Amino acid sequence: MKNIKYLLLGIIFGTALTKGEAISWYRIQEMFFFQSFHMYGIFATAIPIGMLSVFLIKKFNIKTIQGDTIIIPQKKYHHGLIIGGLIFGIGWGFTGACPGPLYAQVGAGFTVVIITILSALAGTWFYSYFRSKLPH
Amino acid sequence: MEQFINWLHQPWPWYVAGPIIGLSVPALLILGNKQLGISATLHQICAACFPGNVEFLKINWKKDSWNLFFAAGILIGGFLAGYIFSNPNPVALSSKAIQHLKNLGIQQDRGLMPLTIFNWHNLFSIQGLFFIVIGGFFVGFGTRYAGGCTSGHGIFGLSTLQWTSLVALISFFVGGIIASWFLLPYILKI
Repeated sequence: MKNIKYLLLGIIFGTALTKGEAISWYRIQEMFFFQSFHMYGIFATAIPIGMLSVFLIKKFNIKTIQGDTIIIPQKKYHHGLIIGGLIFGIGWGFTGACPGPLYAQVGAGFTVVIITILSALAGTWFYSYFRSKLPH
Repeated sequence: MEQFINWLHQPWPWYVAGPIIGLSVPALLILGNKQLGISATLHQICAACFPGNVEFLKINWKKDSWNLFFAAGILIGGFLAGYIFSNPNPVALSSKAIQHLKNLGIQQDRGLMPLTIFNWHNLFSIQGLFFIVIGGFFVGFGTRYAGGCTSGHGIFGLSTLQWTSLVALISFFVGGIIASWFLLPYILKI
């Protein structure tokens, strides 16, 4: 039952993604061709608000609702950020979706995206299998 | 009442959607020290369903099952906002984007996605293969290789001032531009 709060938060997040049209293939193409401010506006408000929130959490040492100290793990550099990043970017351009929007697109009735998710699972599995042979 | 129902069907401007997306970062941290990052769910599903004997899939996915609930929530959010209360009008793209789609020969349907591409009948065509199958594979492979996606690196990583996430986000965009500018027109002509 402790996970219900994450389900509710997911509903809010998914609603914002969908109503903000960030799950739209058209909007993603428009973004990559720099033809509208819309998607950049989403990033340009989401990121500073996230930054400000994290700054306030640190400054006032805000705890979790369970009373724990909030921990933010640091992400280390490896070449996968660029190689994997480029590959994901190409997939983003084709599908018009990153992982979050994939779930939302299925919810919005584009049932064929279930295949895209299964392909993404295959891609994740393939990476996991060949991980030790890839440059990092 | 009718006005209220109409309002529910309207899309939201970026300055409403963006801040709510951004607030998910502190919300997850405060609710339980969780880091926003949706591509991790693909890793968890692989570990839960097809672990094989793969080292990288030997993770305690149950410990992070909160994220699967979050993903299920996104799906429900998509259903509510994109199906039950869907926008009856086409996405209000810029005139440049509309012209560009015409030049590519893509018809703009009323919904969020072009149904001429994203439908079950198209799945076994060359176009469907790229847009649905290969595209999906690249999303899954690339996000795990990069250690995150638009949410984990783009929103959470940048919110926590991690320069590695900026490297990732720039790479995502370069990849997207390569796909949209150079590969997409070619695939659409096949």
